[in-house]
Amino acid sequence: MAGSVAGPEIERLIQLLARLPGLGPRSARRAALHLIKKRDALMTPLTAALQVALDRIQVCKICGNIDSQNPCTVCTDPRRDPSIIVVVADVADLWALERANAVNGRYHVLGATLSPLDGVGPQDLTLDALVARAHETAVTEVVLALNATVDGQTTAHYITDLLQEAGVRVTRLAHGVPVGGELDYLDEGTLSAAMRQRTLF
Amino acid sequence: MEWTDDGIVLGVRRHGESSAIVELLTREHGRHLGLVRGGASSRLRPILQPGNSVQAVWRARLEDHLGMYTLEGVRLRAATLLAVPHAAYGITHLASLVRLLPERDPHPLMFATVGAILDDFDDALSAGAHLVRLELAMLAELGFGLELSACVATGATSELIYVSPKSGGAVSRSAGEPWRDRLLPLPAFLRDEELDAPYTAEDLRDGFALTGRFLLRHVLEPRGHGHSDAREGFINAVTGRSSLRSGSVEPA
Repeated sequence: MAGSVAGPEIERLIQLLARLPGLGPRSARRAALHLIKKRDALMTPLTAALQVALDRIQVCKICGNIDSQNPCTVCTDPRRDPSIIVVVADVADLWALERANAVNGRYHVLGATLSPLDGVGPQDLTLDALVARAHETAVTEVVLALNATVDGQTTAHYITDLLQEAGVRVTRLAHGVPVGGELDYLDEGTLSAAMRQRTLF
Repeated sequence: MEWTDDGIVLGVRRHGESSAIVELLTREHGRHLGLVRGGASSRLRPILQPGNSVQAVWRARLEDHLGMYTLEGVRLRAATLLAVPHAAYGITHLASLVRLLPERDPHPLMFATVGAILDDFDDALSAGAHLVRLELAMLAELGFGLELSACVATGATSELIYVSPKSGGAVSRSAGEPWRDRLLPLPAFLRDEELDAPYTAEDLRDGFALTGRFLLRHVLEPRGHGHSDAREGFINAVTGRSSLRSGSVEPA
């Protein structure tokens, strides 16, 4: 059996890198070697950036986004429409919508979606904060930008029930044919949802 | 080891970057888990939604292993049902119920029942009646069936309108009259001889109260569980509203 080729410090670095999403032990080993070779150009600034991130990044007390300021830059941006709250399951979804430049409103990050299989219940989501925000007079619409999965849509219906008394318009993202999608390759469920929600052209 | 079977997706849990552990209710092999390589891909994710029917091929070196599934979508109901509140809650609740069955224990009748229920989920009231009956069937399947064919006190088979919260047996109108405040109402559509009886939202609420009580006592509480929020959402959706919300909205 082959022994370890590097000292415990390097092995520890490889082990930690291998925990990152998208990296297995082999790619972690390559990343570690690359960092070591580019010690000054990459490893030192990366270490400094990680330390700064560790010290400064926090969860926004309003929306649940992560940022180096609290409230986050999205919540404090005066150009954003305060009447729209876009509800997302995770910060990654918020970033995806921001990349698309599709939202001019503000966000609310739930933290997860309801999932009995994973033991995630309403108490695990930031629902109380969402209901409180929806009751603010400035808010007129809550957009449920949740996954088109059973868990995501069950969560969407649950939130809709919770917001019945809030007097806001509750909408959700459309389901249908993705850009670049060829009908022949789409699953029947997506096709039938797209057909049901067809719009005037 | 290898077998091919029909299955209904109950749940999916991501495994690593690209794979998923899928839980199926299969016709001949019961509730059965397996690994699906590429289960997190955009091609397979629409198929791996609870409520969908699939053709499953399971392979493993030994029978005890988790094994690998190769799945092909047969009837993709989930996308149609997601937009309707009672159906979204219902699929989640139904999957939680079926999860009470022991793993790898064949329940062909339960498989057929679940498939039939999912095919008839459009109408809220009938979906509610189906799920009450499924909860009743689940109690029986787990060994806690209620005796609803005759009065536990007199043996009478007519006018069975109560259920004893203690024994789970039906009680006739005359025998139950002195204790009617303590007895649970038995809606007509749950009586053995009146399965086609019409039902109202009130009947469904009574039915869910009945099955919920015994599920909690005999099945859920001993496992340290309670009723799921999806069950409550489903009951509210099928009994609380006369018309269902549409999932689609007018564009802003």
